[in-house]
Amino acid sequence: MLLEIENLRASIEGKEILKGINLNIPSGEVHAIMGPNGSGKSTLSSIIAGKDGYDISGSIRLDGQEILDWEPEIRSRAGIFLAFQYPVELPGVGLSSFLRACVNERRKYLGEPELDASAFLALMREKAAMVELSQELIRRPVNQGFSGGEKKRNEIFQMAMLEPRMAILDETDSGLDIDALRIVAEGVNKLRHAQRSMLVITHYQRLLEYIIPDRVHVLMDGAIVMSGDRTLALTLEEKGYDWIRAEQEVSS
Amino acid sequence: MAQSEQELLEQLSERAYPHGFESDIEQEIIPKGLSEETIRFISQRKNEPEWLLQWRLKAYKHWLGLKEPKWPKLTYPPIDYQDISYYAAPKSAPVLNSLDELDPEIKSTYDRLGIPLEEQMMLAGVAVDAVLDSVSVVTTFKEKLAEKGVIFCSISEAVHLYPELVRAYLGTVVPFTDNFFAALNSAVFTDGSFVFIPPGVHCPMELSTYFRINARGTGQFERTLIVASEDSYVSYLEGCTAPKRDENQLHAAVVELVAMDRGEIKYSTVQNWYPGDKDGKGGIYNFVTKRGLCKGVSSKISWTQVETGSAITWKYPSVVLQGDDSRGAFYSVAMTTHLQQADTGTKMIHIGKNTQSRIVSKGISAGRSQNSYRGLVKIRKSAFKARNYSQCDSLLMGNRCGAHTFPYFEIHQPTAIVEHEATTSKIAEDILFYCTQRGLSRESAIAMIVNGYAREVLDHLPMEFAVEARKLLAISLEGSVG
Ligand SMILES: Nc1ncnc2c1ncn2[C@@H]1O[C@H](COP(=O)(O)OP(=O)(O)O)[C@@H](O)[C@H]1O
Ligand SMILES: [Mg+2]
Repeated sequence: MLLEIENLRASIEGKEILKGINLNIPSGEVHAIMGPNGSGKSTLSSIIAGKDGYDISGSIRLDGQEILDWEPEIRSRAGIFLAFQYPVELPGVGLSSFLRACVNERRKYLGEPELDASAFLALMREKAAMVELSQELIRRPVNQGFSGGEKKRNEIFQMAMLEPRMAILDETDSGLDIDALRIVAEGVNKLRHAQRSMLVITHYQRLLEYIIPDRVHVLMDGAIVMSGDRTLALTLEEKGYDWIRAEQEVSS
Repeated sequence: MAQSEQELLEQLSERAYPHGFESDIEQEIIPKGLSEETIRFISQRKNEPEWLLQWRLKAYKHWLGLKEPKWPKLTYPPIDYQDISYYAAPKSAPVLNSLDELDPEIKSTYDRLGIPLEEQMMLAGVAVDAVLDSVSVVTTFKEKLAEKGVIFCSISEAVHLYPELVRAYLGTVVPFTDNFFAALNSAVFTDGSFVFIPPGVHCPMELSTYFRINARGTGQFERTLIVASEDSYVSYLEGCTAPKRDENQLHAAVVELVAMDRGEIKYSTVQNWYPGDKDGKGGIYNFVTKRGLCKGVSSKISWTQVETGSAITWKYPSVVLQGDDSRGAFYSVAMTTHLQQADTGTKMIHIGKNTQSRIVSKGISAGRSQNSYRGLVKIRKSAFKARNYSQCDSLLMGNRCGAHTFPYFEIHQPTAIVEHEATTSKIAEDILFYCTQRGLSRESAIAMIVNGYAREVLDHLPMEFAVEARKLLAISLEGSVG
């Protein structure tokens, strides 16, 4: 199992947000998480990536190793990548020098030699083309002056550069028009790999028409209330979350 | 999990100072104390003409009637001016014609500072004047510059070789009556650099001076004078370091720049004097007067400074915009950590028509330091359609440091346009998380963010020195966090 989450509970300022999450993602699979606003999707992604400030219990294992006490940079170097729902701007920090430092940290961790400048540039050109990110944007500071769509494409570009084991995409589709959505989805599909798993968080089943998931989970009020194959996404789109609430009431 | 940001930032600010070694060079040091005798001694040692001795003595008499300025936001114990030695010189031949003649110990001092005096300088195409304590030790590339008619030598040499030029400009931009420290410097200055660019000459290389305080119990009072004639251009860089000592050492320099019609001077400083330890023990007291005069029409002067060192910094590189259509600029990064105090900024004095000035100041405070920006924009009645743009940003790391902004505006010309922007910020936790999520340690993330913050200023430094300054900012933040 590439990622195993067991009875994960998290609270912030005394408020419980995640209420016992169990989730297993085998290597090579793409899982989707759907859920209404405020159900805890971003909190779950942040906690997998190691964000500080929560009271946490339970377990998160990467390739069988407990990672809950690892710093975020160690988790990143070990292969966890989070495409942020709201990517921040880094004023004055050039995207290419930023990424070069990040890529080399990951390579160092894996015991691979650092990339020299020309090899790095070549890699950047190749990956940028994949998500149609212009050379002009690559020369700018990270996300500075980027449009919403460009920021999201930049996240997928960085994912392509870092070649993670476990990629989490937090609402990468929201705010994208249909063309941008297609570009992002095609990029993600190219990155699908037997040694790489993905957790795609989305609001809409639209994205899942392009990125076909192996499993779909529904997160509501801090818990996974239903899991199924890709058809669950369609049912959800059709019937809405109230249908699940009703189902739950019946079963409880 | 990660430690609290506060803790981390405090550790980060406990940096080590890499230039804190002392060199074993035979020195001639005069006993401590300041009197007419001291000044006569210095002047005699330097074999100076009578006019210069008289000028020094006048400055000294004026200084006796002055008091140290008390308006800066700085706190330090009183300086005992009788407890300083005003002249220290390496005993081996001070004026050299080639690098081979340099005392190997002095040479290794500069090597340890990472000053590439030889091949690397050739590659970089930089001419260097190195001032150790009070005396200029070597000036490289004299011949290549001489071909173009560029004069670049120590000011003591210039007094002998080009007395008319020195006499015509010395004290014209910063008269000894200007302020307490300028008067002191005029009385006792020992060395510094002199640059003269003839009309129409674009100086073929960067000119550079490295200042190093080495001797114990001494002060350093260097004096630099740069004149850019009509249609000429020069870029000049000054770098500074000093050994780690638990005493405070005084550095009171004066720099004067003069730009004639369409002449341009770019003056860059990377100041890394020893800042004292984390408890505030030791470090350089840096009281410096730097001023440029845009004398001719369409002349340009810019000051770019990266200030990371000194226990105390008191420094306001200024531009007097006298010529019509002249331009002045001040780009500054001032970083303070531990108990460092900096009160720095600029003055832009607009006199000519259509004069323009630009101020970009980036303060970075960490530890328990205090960082103040103090800037004056003065637009005289004659400065028809003058313009100024000022931007002053402060970055706070942790919550025990302070950042202060004191902008002053005196506008006497209604057609003038003056804009001022100021911001204060902290490094936000979500920005740090974004960086660590991508694999950077918190420490390198902070270094990168700080460099990004300072970028607008660093971009104005000559390429080689921008790289150096970037490293310096990162090192200055380096602490025990692995
Ligand atoms: N830093 C925080 N402090 C307090 N409450 C928070 C914080 N972050 C998120 N929450 C709350 O946790 C819940 C889940 O938020 P989030 O994970 O962002 O949901 P989603 O991504 O599914 O929209 C919401 O009710 C939100 O208000
Ligand atoms: Mg969310």
